[in-house]
Amino acid sequence: MPYLGSEEVVKELRRALSNPNVQADRLRYKNYITKVIRYMTQGLDVSALFMDMVKASATVDIVQKKLVYLYMCTYASDKPDLALLAINTLRKDCADPNPMVRGLALRNMCNFRMPGMTEYIEQPIVAGLRDKASYVRRVAVLGCAKMHSLQPNTEIDGTIVNELYALLRDPDPVVVVNCLRALEEILKDEGGVVINKPIAHHLLNRMKDLDSWAQSEVLTFLLRYRPRSDDELFDILSLLDAFLLSSHAHVAVATLRLFLHLASAHPTVQADALLRTSAPLLATCGAASRELRFAGLCHVQQVMRSQPGLFGTHYKRFFCGYSEPSYIKFRKMEILVELVNDENVALVLEELRSYCTDVSPELAQAAIAAIGRIARTYSEKCLDILTGLLGLKQDHITSAVIQTFRDLVWFCPQSTAAVCQTVGACVDSPQDSEGKQALLWLLGEHGDQISSAPYVMEGYIDGLKTELSSAVKMELLTAAVKMFLCRPAETQDMLGRLLHYCIEEESDVCVRDRALLYYRLLQRGVEETRKVVTGPKSDPSMSVLTGRQEEPISEWDSTFNTLGPLAGCDLCPQTAATSAADQPSYDAEEEISLSLGPPLSHETFEKMWLDLETLHRQTLGFPRPRAAPDTLQAALQLVKIQTLAFTPGDTVPWKAYIYTRSTETLILAELLQGDQQAPGSDESLVVSVKQQPVNHMLLNLFFFFFALYDISLLTSTCMLQ
Amino acid sequence: MISQIFILSSKGDHLIYKDFRGEESKDSISVFYEMVTALSGDQPPVVMVNYGFWGDLMSGLHFIHVRQGGLYWVASTKTNPSPFTIIEFLNRLAALTKDYCGSLSEKSVRMNFALIYELLDEMVDFGYIQTTSTDILKNFIQTEAVSSKPFSLFDLSNVGLFGAETQQSKVAPSVAASRPIMSSRGEQGGKNEIFVDVIERLSVVIGSKGVLMKADIQGEIRIKCFLPTCSEMRIGLNEELSIGKSQLKGYSSAVRVDECRFHQAVKLDEFDTFRILKVCPSQGEQTVMQYQLCDELPCAPPFQLFPSVEKDYVNRSVNLSMVLIFLKLRCDLPPKSTALNVSITVPVPKGSTSMSQELSSPDQTAELQPKNKALLWEIPRFPGGAQLSALFKVDVPGLSSASLLEVGPVSMSFELPKQTCTGLQIRFLRLSPTQTGLSQRWVRYVTHSDSYTIRI
Repeated sequence: MPYLGSEEVVKELRRALSNPNVQADRLRYKNYITKVIRYMTQGLDVSALFMDMVKASATVDIVQKKLVYLYMCTYASDKPDLALLAINTLRKDCADPNPMVRGLALRNMCNFRMPGMTEYIEQPIVAGLRDKASYVRRVAVLGCAKMHSLQPNTEIDGTIVNELYALLRDPDPVVVVNCLRALEEILKDEGGVVINKPIAHHLLNRMKDLDSWAQSEVLTFLLRYRPRSDDELFDILSLLDAFLLSSHAHVAVATLRLFLHLASAHPTVQADALLRTSAPLLATCGAASRELRFAGLCHVQQVMRSQPGLFGTHYKRFFCGYSEPSYIKFRKMEILVELVNDENVALVLEELRSYCTDVSPELAQAAIAAIGRIARTYSEKCLDILTGLLGLKQDHITSAVIQTFRDLVWFCPQSTAAVCQTVGACVDSPQDSEGKQALLWLLGEHGDQISSAPYVMEGYIDGLKTELSSAVKMELLTAAVKMFLCRPAETQDMLGRLLHYCIEEESDVCVRDRALLYYRLLQRGVEETRKVVTGPKSDPSMSVLTGRQEEPISEWDSTFNTLGPLAGCDLCPQTAATSAADQPSYDAEEEISLSLGPPLSHETFEKMWLDLETLHRQTLGFPRPRAAPDTLQAALQLVKIQTLAFTPGDTVPWKAYIYTRSTETLILAELLQGDQQAPGSDESLVVSVKQQPVNHMLLNLFFFFFALYDISLLTSTCMLQ
Repeated sequence: MISQIFILSSKGDHLIYKDFRGEESKDSISVFYEMVTALSGDQPPVVMVNYGFWGDLMSGLHFIHVRQGGLYWVASTKTNPSPFTIIEFLNRLAALTKDYCGSLSEKSVRMNFALIYELLDEMVDFGYIQTTSTDILKNFIQTEAVSSKPFSLFDLSNVGLFGAETQQSKVAPSVAASRPIMSSRGEQGGKNEIFVDVIERLSVVIGSKGVLMKADIQGEIRIKCFLPTCSEMRIGLNEELSIGKSQLKGYSSAVRVDECRFHQAVKLDEFDTFRILKVCPSQGEQTVMQYQLCDELPCAPPFQLFPSVEKDYVNRSVNLSMVLIFLKLRCDLPPKSTALNVSITVPVPKGSTSMSQELSSPDQTAELQPKNKALLWEIPRFPGGAQLSALFKVDVPGLSSASLLEVGPVSMSFELPKQTCTGLQIRFLRLSPTQTGLSQRWVRYVTHSDSYTIRI
């Protein structure tokens, strides 16, 4: 509650509302009622004024009535006994000669969400269904749905359902659509409203009278109708033809979806519909509203999964505007990458090149990655650009270019020689851990082609003590062993030092174990090691040669025009799977997506923490971050981990409780340092994890994630921001 | 279907909250606000998905939001509706709010909250959109709008986060049209006026040698109508207007658009032969026609830039170096017209510390914005045919030759009043039958830069 003095405010309002002088002055009275609503919106609990507000509902002033009804609907469920007092007034209004008053009263009476309302509203609703004013009928039809939702488990009233089906023939278009909506809700358990041939054709003929909202909704309902014959199908399609080009994007898109669905057996019809809707879709991508633009872009991406060439000539429409928000720019770059062909590649690359120096590092990195994707087909031109970018000597650009090189070499082995030459000539090295890992991978994998490789690697081995990220250390170990296999003379000494340090002095268990593994492996002999350590040097699936597949439309048309394409992988699992397959295998950690979800209350957390058993306990190998609680909390939120509570300051033992979610599982964890009873906790953090329901794979991934985004590192980036 | 609709200020204050289905508690507002502000920068319109307690997808609550007037307009839903419908609906809600309250700002929403509740009550029932047409709504809306003063220096509430509301707020016509449509009833504002605006948004990319690489115009004809009763209006466009790429261009200066779309209420029976749109405008603002033109501009792009960028060492021994940026900017508009609020952003090398400039007139300003790695040159008025130049000396310690690559591309923003780049004109505007009493008709043209980029 934002207002602490709520009781005072309520008391004062009550005094004012019950003051006869105020009641006599209509304007002042209304002002006070307005005030009550204002406080209600702000979150103040003004339910104590219910009695006074009920009195205020007996008025001829419609504005005042509306305000009071809004109040009553909000609080009726809290004060059911008082709300009953208002019902008399409402029922009287339901018989008012003015249809507006009738409709208003009926709508609000149905909005009272409290048990036992049904007996009061049933009769007015039935009367309302036969009202001569269409306004009242609209309200009454939805009232049926509201009544059903009040008592979801009662038997369906057959007479009402029949009446609603009959009202589908109502002259008022909104009544017709409301009937569909109401039937859909009432018959939900039986599969929703039935669209048979007469109803479908009736709806199709009424389409022109409906407003755009109703049109798109009816189009969605029609998705469940299956035409009997091809003749009927084509009749329907020609009826709907004009709507494909509607100036309302939502109608055009809903029509397209229906077209794709109905014509699923006629690919040429589908292709033709896509071709014709490409104009409105493109227009949406350039709409004034940024949100609409984004929705348009997401759907263009979907269409391109089946028809990659459809927007080829319009590639310039996907150049980023200067002032566009980054979420639009990212999508546009993804689309541009897909649209590249022999004619436009030079222009697209020039455009992408100009984004690489953008002030936002994320955008610059995405642009570099996009050039890397194009490089799989047009290696030479892209490598020139990427090499040129290295000359800028900016950390985030260098890092992104090196990462792009790594991916490129993996997918496109013929570019290896050129990449190795560039990497060898590159003087400065990336500073962030992602970039370091990429560079090390390149050095290890292609050390034989980079003459300076051992010297660069030696620099990393010498600086090992100051290296914070354990992922970099692991990569360094692997790279050094691989390098030893191809250039033993130059590498032997430093590999020895590296292994010695990692085994003797390293505190991170994972790094130590990895070092031990390699050490023992090397003891078995070089050939044995070579067999284990070296793998394929490029993507064995040959995805580059085959190019991207044109997916059948049925892959995506079920999620077309839903929230799925906008939310990305969150709503439609199959796209997540394909995009994951696109990634090189060592990016596996990106496949789990933790999410924040709604906050847990302290009580729920505590109860679950006590109920569940500790699944896993691990020493993390780094001490607790010495950052302010706010910073730490923000840092954890970045990696989608919520914080529940902290021990303040430097108290020993230090504890923190955190939690996160991943699709189906809730993960609770405790961070602990300096507790006498827990072994190993005096120097570094110990994490204990509990899960509901248990999912072992997720647990491993959670740890991987946690170690990867070393908290102290995260907090420092957060403080910089 | 929509579960809740709420409007939040940029600071997260609850301005409007309406729960249509009682499925979710009011806490979802704070859940949404936390999500949308958790990360820096603008968030996409579908804010993430708020999973149910056990991450069950179907019981999750989705938020869809748009930003208009510096406010968050949010709808939450438990189903999986068409994003286009919800986004367009929220935009429509914002447009109606603007129609009824005169302007769109935190202040006007706060002052007119009762009116907005009334609107919402008629527009949506049980989460289903009922109607958004002004003609129908005006019969039901009884509350009078409280209009805030058009402009005051102290009223900064409508400035968005970081003043970031960019193009959208600029497209709004001048103050004359920003008053509530319902304020009639014999008061001062009740003039019978109708405004017809032709608004074009220009997005252009000019290559490094001055070659036009991309040009794109999105235009619309927008009507803002204050007439209380509706009568048919005829809007005559250029007779030589041709539509589509296929039509051959003769030697005449044909006005061409690639494609156009009309509001469904527009009658087009005279369009093919006479290029006349017939429409019965309802009160408030509506877009009657949208059109677009790609790649072929009928005229030269409004600005040409002749840049030169050089490296200059002041003192080689202490590695004090600077970049000299000389910009010559020519406005290729006809001499009588003027470009307003021209601003030019030039990215500068990372690590630039300070800048000195030589500008040609005192009303221009220039500043270095180290945070954005850019310098900003602003010209309030730029007459057609004129040429302005400026010299910027940017100090960059430790400059390398590669750093010069960081200078560019230059982006510009400006507005061109009384100008359309396609050449689309309104020949006449007739109300039939002729209105009794005074009715004033206004036609306004404006072109905005949506994105104007010049590579160096």
